[in-house]
Amino acid sequence: MSGVEKIAVRVTNIVPLNALVTRFEFKRSDGLHFPTFSGGAHVVVEMQDGEILRRNPYSLMSDPADQSQYAISVRRDDEGRGGSLFMHRSVSVGDEMLISNPVNLFALDLRARKHLMIAGGIGITPFMAQIKQLSRTNGNWELHYASRNAALASYGSELMAQHPNGVHIYYDDDKQSIALEALLKGQPLGTHLYICGPKGMINWVRDTAKKAGWPHEAIHYEEFLAPQSGKPFEVKLAQSSMVIQVGENQSLLEAIEAAGVDAPYLCRGGACGQCETAVIGYDGKFLHNDHWLTNEEKASGHKIMPCVSRFEGKTLVLDR
Amino acid sequence: MSIQFNDETFRDDYTFRNSDWAINRFPFPFHEDHYMYSVNMEQHRGGPEGSVFEKRFDVDEHYVAEMRDRAQVLADDPLRCQSLPHMTLAGWDLLELIMVSKSEDYPDLFELHRDDDKWRWVNKPLGIDDSFTFMDETTLPYGPMEYITRQTQGDFAVLDQRDDNLWMDAGMITTQADWSLDFDIGMNFFEWHAPVPKANEMGIFVRALKFLMSVQQGAPARRLNWTMTVNPLLDTSPENYHKWGIQKTQMTPENVGEKQHLRVELQTFFRLPRSNGLVFPIRCYLISLDDLTSIPKWGRRLHRVIRDLPEELATYKGFIDNRPMIIDYLAKVDNGAETSPGIWPDLHLEPDAKA
Repeated sequence: MSGVEKIAVRVTNIVPLNALVTRFEFKRSDGLHFPTFSGGAHVVVEMQDGEILRRNPYSLMSDPADQSQYAISVRRDDEGRGGSLFMHRSVSVGDEMLISNPVNLFALDLRARKHLMIAGGIGITPFMAQIKQLSRTNGNWELHYASRNAALASYGSELMAQHPNGVHIYYDDDKQSIALEALLKGQPLGTHLYICGPKGMINWVRDTAKKAGWPHEAIHYEEFLAPQSGKPFEVKLAQSSMVIQVGENQSLLEAIEAAGVDAPYLCRGGACGQCETAVIGYDGKFLHNDHWLTNEEKASGHKIMPCVSRFEGKTLVLDR
Repeated sequence: MSIQFNDETFRDDYTFRNSDWAINRFPFPFHEDHYMYSVNMEQHRGGPEGSVFEKRFDVDEHYVAEMRDRAQVLADDPLRCQSLPHMTLAGWDLLELIMVSKSEDYPDLFELHRDDDKWRWVNKPLGIDDSFTFMDETTLPYGPMEYITRQTQGDFAVLDQRDDNLWMDAGMITTQADWSLDFDIGMNFFEWHAPVPKANEMGIFVRALKFLMSVQQGAPARRLNWTMTVNPLLDTSPENYHKWGIQKTQMTPENVGEKQHLRVELQTFFRLPRSNGLVFPIRCYLISLDDLTSIPKWGRRLHRVIRDLPEELATYKGFIDNRPMIIDYLAKVDNGAETSPGIWPDLHLEPDAKA
């Protein structure tokens, strides 16, 4: 089977945090304990949205050691393809859903002498779990969290109250920003840097750290790409000998799954490499949106990551 | 069934023996009449009743004696068990995985009682009844990995996952097929596999690493590996080669069936939840050629595999000098008959099978 082991859950609580973000809490339907997990892990949540089966990854933000419940926080994306809107509008307390086992693509490096965390907006969620994990083991960490304003800074006041010395919050509306160069300069040897937030922020922090001479291995980031909408296109699946249509608001991976073809996946966000698929032939242009393939691989026309990438043109034949 | 534990040795007088039960459930590693490397992974979620694949951590008649042998190896050479400082959390993960698995899979042998972080562990075969605080190292006589792997058959490599690689950062290695934890500690997946011939150019390691890095919580995997060992010796380590290497020259056509053992490793892979590490248990099963050929299909197939094995693999696996003697022995039991697909004994398919 593709993907990961699934867990049947019941929605036990829905907590709106602010105008954009809502927390969803789950307990297992079978009454058993959840597996423990490591801070930074995500689960893939399955949503039966009418005819469409959506599968979106969300970082677990509950305490990794708490096996009685899992929690995720979902930012409403009015421009997105509909997964977050479905969570916000159509999910109610008591609903039964399927989630995956936890998968961690943004793990703490446990060798670090210090963990320096940079969060932007909803990118705070994986750090919530990592901070709980590190607090239990007396880990050395520091969080710098940028948000538009106090109202939209999810968990900002909670974090400040619990960790007044470790948490620093910056509000864009007040023209506050992280003094990144000075911050990076003042870190002790052995510090690892973690970034989760919008693409612009990730690039800014990575570039600044690189220029400051930080080793590649000490810089960790997570950016889940939401699959982009685009023009519909047609794909031939050679192994399955079928021709499928990819809809405007559907990813290629979702279209493959909807056709009943079992395809591997883990993150569904262009980061983990599991869904890498060989291209047998094509006449047209690839719209590569992933972090996985190298630029050479993207240019070669031999591979595509169907979770986030699309195609425009006459024909595309995949080895699937 | 309740297990009768053997009183036996894996050194000096070598009183190790397999019962008929152990012979019939031996994990014969060849599913066809020839062998080449492959990743050959499958899910580790049970298997036929009574087989070594059935439980998450197989316990058999050699358990108590193997643990005695491990204690002896560690007393002579404490560096067989090492854990770099950042691997302690993975050690707790492993302790939890084994205690939960064994107490659920063998409730007559092992008990785990948990009240929040106050745990009590009862290991009846080894006469252990310890209470401790989970995640508090000071409440155990050893670190968590060493504590639990002194009570669990098989070697354990505990791997850290970072920088798109796996790192050999902790382990308990006392029953190994000629490799050294003390040498490999801190190495990454490609570094510690560098000595294996042929596999690199076949692209096997890149594929295997990709597979292992995506092993998920709740979805462990397994494969079999094999080699040949003279005498039922668990500790065939480089550190002690001067003691066991010489034994390879003491085989004769008269004693080959008794001395030459097929050594099979059941390798399993579990994601460790709290640390995001990966544990790689390597469980060693030994069977003499005399016992192995009591299963006619296995005797015929092993003859064909050993006879046709590429020279560099026989060299790497350390039996190139003894191969002619082994083939002579096995040729006598190979009547040329067909062998059924798969690894199972299939005694009912033999011509003289009793109805």
